[in-house]
Amino acid sequence: MEESSRRTFLKLAGFSALGLGAKPVLDAFASSGGEQSKPMVMKGADALKAKRWALVIDTRKFESEKDLEPMIEVCHKIHNVPKLANKRHEIKWIWTEEFKHIFSTQTHAFLNDRVKHLPFLTLCNHCEKPACVRACPTKATFKREDGIVLMDFHRCIGCRFCMAACPYGSRSFNFRDPRPFIKETNLKFPTRMKGVVEKCNFCAERLAVGKVPACVEVSKGALAFGDLEDSKSKVRELLSSNFTIRRKPALGAGPSVFYIV
Amino acid sequence: MLEKALKGSKKYYGWIAALLAVIGVGFACYLWQFQFGLGITGMSRDVSWGFYIAQFTFLVGVAASAVMVVLPYYLHNYKAFGRITILGEFLAVASVTMCILFIFVDLGQPTRVFNVLLHPTPNSVLFWDMIVLNGYLFLNIIIGWNVLEAERNNVAPPSWLKPLIYLSIPWAVSIHTVTAFLYCGLPGRGFWLTAILAPRFLSSAFAAGPAFLILLCMLVRKLTKFDPGREQIQSLAKVVAYAICINVFFFLCEVFVVFYSRIPEHMDHLVYLFAGLHGHNALVPWMWASMILMVVSIILLVNPATRKNETTLVAACITVFIGTWIDKGLGMISGGFVPNPLHHVTEYVPTIPELAISIGVWAIGFLVLTALFKIAVSIKEEVSGVS
Repeated sequence: MEESSRRTFLKLAGFSALGLGAKPVLDAFASSGGEQSKPMVMKGADALKAKRWALVIDTRKFESEKDLEPMIEVCHKIHNVPKLANKRHEIKWIWTEEFKHIFSTQTHAFLNDRVKHLPFLTLCNHCEKPACVRACPTKATFKREDGIVLMDFHRCIGCRFCMAACPYGSRSFNFRDPRPFIKETNLKFPTRMKGVVEKCNFCAERLAVGKVPACVEVSKGALAFGDLEDSKSKVRELLSSNFTIRRKPALGAGPSVFYIV
Repeated sequence: MLEKALKGSKKYYGWIAALLAVIGVGFACYLWQFQFGLGITGMSRDVSWGFYIAQFTFLVGVAASAVMVVLPYYLHNYKAFGRITILGEFLAVASVTMCILFIFVDLGQPTRVFNVLLHPTPNSVLFWDMIVLNGYLFLNIIIGWNVLEAERNNVAPPSWLKPLIYLSIPWAVSIHTVTAFLYCGLPGRGFWLTAILAPRFLSSAFAAGPAFLILLCMLVRKLTKFDPGREQIQSLAKVVAYAICINVFFFLCEVFVVFYSRIPEHMDHLVYLFAGLHGHNALVPWMWASMILMVVSIILLVNPATRKNETTLVAACITVFIGTWIDKGLGMISGGFVPNPLHHVTEYVPTIPELAISIGVWAIGFLVLTALFKIAVSIKEEVSGVS
């Protein structure tokens, strides 16, 4: 069951990653197998679906590091993210940064005290035009049709081109075997081996069974997750009623993570 | 012709044995890295490429420089270089071999390297780099080998070789251009995000490669009965002189744009390299040494008296080689990662096993170079009847 769902998932992923190049393959499927062979039907009945997933972080609802800890903890716990003492080898999917770091191109010396000292959640932006996907030589990292940028840990050759390409520093590399450093292994999610890159996956495995991302679930309403293309979604409602910013907008990568400051 | 590499003096065997010993140490360290992971190196989450990729970048330049002997000979009919084209081509073979090995030892999952072929991805520059590097390797092996064999048999090289030779000229430019594109197309790395990067890479390549070739020619003259020739060495010296001047000029263009525009994302990296950033300054003495070496070499190479004097020419070639090596083999890669995209400063220093692996790869390159040069020089001696 585990194995076959992984394959299905990869197939889906492969199709979306191939983009234009995959068209003939899809056509071939369509003519031989009809409706049944279309990748869309492989999604679970309960799966949450969207055209483009996005996250809105209302930073006004946070005061200190302590408010953000539960989100980081739950993510790292369910995704088997190891805790390494050596800072050089650190693996992190979601963490905190000061404004001057996370918004390094938008900072200035006269920020008000709240913003200056407030910790900001930092994670993969699941960009509209991801530089990491462009750089990867094996399609081990790819963008799904719902906008989520994913990693195939079993295909990654560990060249780290994606890490050089990512303008947000969102990716971590397993400089050593991470397994001895996982306190409590979640058997429902794969652990990684040494030599591969990893990062936030917008909880793709939870969306597939109808659950919102874990960080959103424990955020007490400070984080909203939804379809950016759906004008009635929660995220669109927040975006239209609040002023929001994204990281390094000048690069044109099109992050899917928005911040209300 | 291979048998020529197997017969040599005691000195020759001693040198080979020494290289094998260094390779052995490097290989042992590589096994350790293979077992433990890249954590035995100095690389980190912030500086995710280090010494290996820097050596690769530098050596692509040395490989590309073969074109500086091939082009004048085949396109301009500059006869003098006919004597040494084979040395340039074999230097390219050894250099590309090292390049490929340096990429390989940098992989986190080396057993999956063929995924690059199984899942070809044209939007990745690394995919193209693989194609141009392997293509250049085969071009130089085929061309070098056939030209040398023809020379040995005292016949003209086969006619089908000509198109390959002409192809090898733009191909040499392509390998370093594509290598620069690995870096200069990345949106978040201001240090590399500059259109002058590929031209800079090429100019430093055409300085470092021919400078190294001059040193090799002099070594060949000293150790064997084959003389690559004074005119050849002097012509190469002019190539080095022009290239190193252009290289420094390109660098100053970059410095102007960065510091006059004062855009922090572009400026901070140069500030880190040449003055230090937030108290981190490990590379500062190296970078200034590199600049001084390049300026000294310009003085020695532009001045006809010191260029024509072979003793000062050797000194100039060594300064060019070390100067450009520091620039590319040390500063160019880690400089792009410091500060990181979140403007944190994490410095990079290679570890001992990382250096041992790197020196091991260099030793493999020298082993290939030694064997190929031995073959080439033995044939040259045989043909001229001096052996």
